[in-house]
Amino acid sequence: MAAPEQERVASAAPRDDCQIRVEGVRKRFGKLEVLKDISLTVRRGEVVVIMGPSGSGKTTLIRCMNFLEEPDEGRVSVCGLEVQCGNEHRGRNRARRIRDIRLRAGMVFQQFNLFPHMTALGNVIEGPMTVRGMSRSQAVTLGERLLARVGLSDKRDEYPSRLSGGQKQRVAIARSLAMEPEVVLFDEPTSALDPELHEEVLQAMRELAREGMTMVVVTHEVRFAREVADRVLFMDGGVILEEAPPREFFSRPKHPRARAFLRLVEHAPAEASEGLTVVPSAVGAAVPLLPPSAGGLA
Amino acid sequence: MDLLNRALPLLGEGLVVTLFLGLTAFGIGCVAGLALALMRLSSARPLRTLAIAYVSVFRGTPMLVQILLIYFGLPQFGIIIEPIPSAVLALSLNAAGYLSENFRAGIVAVEKGQREAANAIGMSYWQALRRVILPQAVRMAMPSVGNRFIALMKDTSLASVITVVELTRVAERVGSATFRYMEMFMIVAVVYWMVNTVLSLGQESLERRMARAY
Ligand SMILES: Nc1ncnc2c1ncn2[C@@H]1O[C@H](COP(=O)(O)OP(=O)(O)OP(=O)(O)O)[C@@H](O)[C@H]1O
Ligand SMILES: [Mg+2]
Repeated sequence: MAAPEQERVASAAPRDDCQIRVEGVRKRFGKLEVLKDISLTVRRGEVVVIMGPSGSGKTTLIRCMNFLEEPDEGRVSVCGLEVQCGNEHRGRNRARRIRDIRLRAGMVFQQFNLFPHMTALGNVIEGPMTVRGMSRSQAVTLGERLLARVGLSDKRDEYPSRLSGGQKQRVAIARSLAMEPEVVLFDEPTSALDPELHEEVLQAMRELAREGMTMVVVTHEVRFAREVADRVLFMDGGVILEEAPPREFFSRPKHPRARAFLRLVEHAPAEASEGLTVVPSAVGAAVPLLPPSAGGLA
Repeated sequence: MDLLNRALPLLGEGLVVTLFLGLTAFGIGCVAGLALALMRLSSARPLRTLAIAYVSVFRGTPMLVQILLIYFGLPQFGIIIEPIPSAVLALSLNAAGYLSENFRAGIVAVEKGQREAANAIGMSYWQALRRVILPQAVRMAMPSVGNRFIALMKDTSLASVITVVELTRVAERVGSATFRYMEMFMIVAVVYWMVNTVLSLGQESLERRMARAY
């Protein structure tokens, strides 16, 4: 069997202002065309929220940004690393470039996807040790700091099966941050959680945004989008129908489909923005508020 | 008891050979079986086809025939292998076929999101396999792999037909020298049973430990 690959230190990327550029991306699953010529850019430090009805292609789009899904056509560039999509471009170099992209773009999944056979800390230090070749003691220091940041210092030796959904997702956020990414992609990070657990995850994300992280967030959390997003993209049927600052998008959606969608989201019974605006303090108090990066739990 | 006393040293030697055959074939079978499982799951069609053909042949033909083919058949092509290596080879090849299916089932049972999460933090295929997929797959495959190990221990008795002096052959020899076949085969049956009882107890405690770990 092949020896585990050595960590390759990613080559320095040009420091331009544009963190993610998607150009003319198409993706089909069999006959279904899921992404139809999508183009978008995300600038450094920007928080972009993607909304849209189920099946509109949001997950597929965000997964195309770190190549968990391979676009059929188009170009994707992340932190200056450009990848041309399509079969004719496959090759060794390209695989390496994709790995370099993944080192810079963390991802947080709807279903957390924590490694069940590792503790919370184990999950967080796995990437630094296996992929970045960090020593265990260094990785542990980093991991403990990140767990503290998401308010989970006391859970460091707990296995995922003994964590609540919200705690799992916060560990997952810490795990992606442990790679010290330049961009974090979130695919409906709160959708698998009970409503009362949304806020602790959103809080961690707000903190991250405040620190200037570039974020692409697929979510239906209207309040989060209003407060944190710089731009909202509205997708339907594999195209981006509307793109606007949240204030504008939520108060005056231009596209009729966006209007119809917002009516649904804002009146959905489980929608967190409703409940949270009613009892923000109660929820806030139940949740460990995130200390600024270096701090631990009180 | 006189018989038992006389047979004891021979039985001891036979047991050592039986354990050697079983353990070695299990070790080789695990490695080869894992490789086959990965081939079977690979995206390269030739590898997949090869693995499918292998499993089909080795599961679809009697073990005894496989042993005879290696020991009596291969010399026709100038390939002469000693009895014990022949037996180890046949048992390993056969075990690899079965174990590959057990491992494959384990790997397939690992959630798809696990590999994605591993890839998303930049792990390569092999890193993801070693650190994320296999630890979970092996856990899930454990019961069937344990059963295969026990079956393999019993299969070692087939080596007696190619003159390997393992437990069964010892019973045959002492039996024919003393005409006490009944007693000898009973004794040997008990020895096999004890070995496998120890193995299943080990398997159970291992499974309990693993169930507790997460
Ligand atoms: N691996 C796949 N194979 C086949 N079809 C797929 C696959 N992944 C997604 N699809 C289909 O592509 C379409 C878009 O899926 P996608 O998951 O991107 O939508 P989404 O906007 O994220 O929806 P949701 O809000 O339900 O998560 C859907 O019709 C889905 O059934
Ligand atoms: Mg989705």
